[in-house]
Amino acid sequence: MHSPADIATSWPDAIYAHFRRVGVRQVGYVPDAGHSRLITLCQNDPQIIDVVLTTEEEGVGLVAGAALGGQRAALLMQSSGVGNCVNMFSLLRNCGFPCIALVTMRGEFGEFNPWQVPMGAITEEVLRLCGFLTYRVETADAVDEIVGAGCDMAFNGNLAAAILLSQRLIGLKQWTRQGTR
Amino acid sequence: MMLDRREFVQQLLIDRGDLLIVPGLGSATYDVAAAGDHPLNFYLWGAMGGTAMIALGLALARPERRVVAIPGDGDMLMGLGSLATIGVKQPKNLVVVVLDNAHYGETGMQPSHTDAGVDFAAMALACRFRQARTVTRIEEVAEARKLLHSGEGPILINAKIKPEDVPRVLPLRDGHAIKQRFMAALNDA
Repeated sequence: MHSPADIATSWPDAIYAHFRRVGVRQVGYVPDAGHSRLITLCQNDPQIIDVVLTTEEEGVGLVAGAALGGQRAALLMQSSGVGNCVNMFSLLRNCGFPCIALVTMRGEFGEFNPWQVPMGAITEEVLRLCGFLTYRVETADAVDEIVGAGCDMAFNGNLAAAILLSQRLIGLKQWTRQGTR
Repeated sequence: MMLDRREFVQQLLIDRGDLLIVPGLGSATYDVAAAGDHPLNFYLWGAMGGTAMIALGLALARPERRVVAIPGDGDMLMGLGSLATIGVKQPKNLVVVVLDNAHYGETGMQPSHTDAGVDFAAMALACRFRQARTVTRIEEVAEARKLLHSGEGPILINAKIKPEDVPRVLPLRDGHAIKQRFMAALNDA
């Protein structure tokens, strides 16, 4: 259905399709180039409440509140944002709230900004220490399957799951085209 | 003039009906418990800085219900960005009541930023809250209660309370139990 070239740029559509499939109703995010297409898809969907955050930590509270109210919620963040959440993640674990986090990786494959490396290098370990199941996606054609599995794990089991979208997948071109973030 | 915290919270929550309440960790949770345990209290024992955001997620999920966040001043200071986030979403059903004693009561009564004059009501208005006010006298509690039940949000009420040490009233502490009880009560309604 999709050519490889299509999939290389349309993988955010596959994530969005899973949001629709599992009934995600709230999406919290800090603006991010890697997530820009997915954010636009969510903003344009009247079934999804998009919540722009000042820091990713706020999103953890948002997810918990949404779940209390009976709605499923997702978080979109960069790897640096994971570090901003650490103490607040205890809320998910203490109460057993489901959470699906889509994390765009910085500070790994071909990163030009060394300031991104320290957090990027420990992101997956930090998530695991905080109680998340983690799944890495290296290639665009794997997004659909892995994100689908992650969403099901999170919402069927009241678990926290994070999908790490590798910098190789997201592509370096975007950073030079869209700026330094 | 300043408020007695237990008297203020108790009177604020008289006839609370089906308000959904998220009290912040520490004394706010004890004050809300002292006013009467209720399954629609989502007591926090941690997650400092997150109280207002949990209430926002709940308010967005349940626009037909009234949602009240009750953080202390230290909790609100740690999550100031959430005032801006709430200001963007403009939830009509959300009220934030800050129990502001200008001190960190759990850690030895060290002065907080509000002791130096940092002003939550002014910040809320600057963040596009629809209404914000500072309450200092118990005679104002009836008006505050009215805002909880029918004011158009987002609203912030900064309650200036005395920095006094009151006996702790400890409600449920198991996070899963607090969540399950809350969700069961909400879904029964």
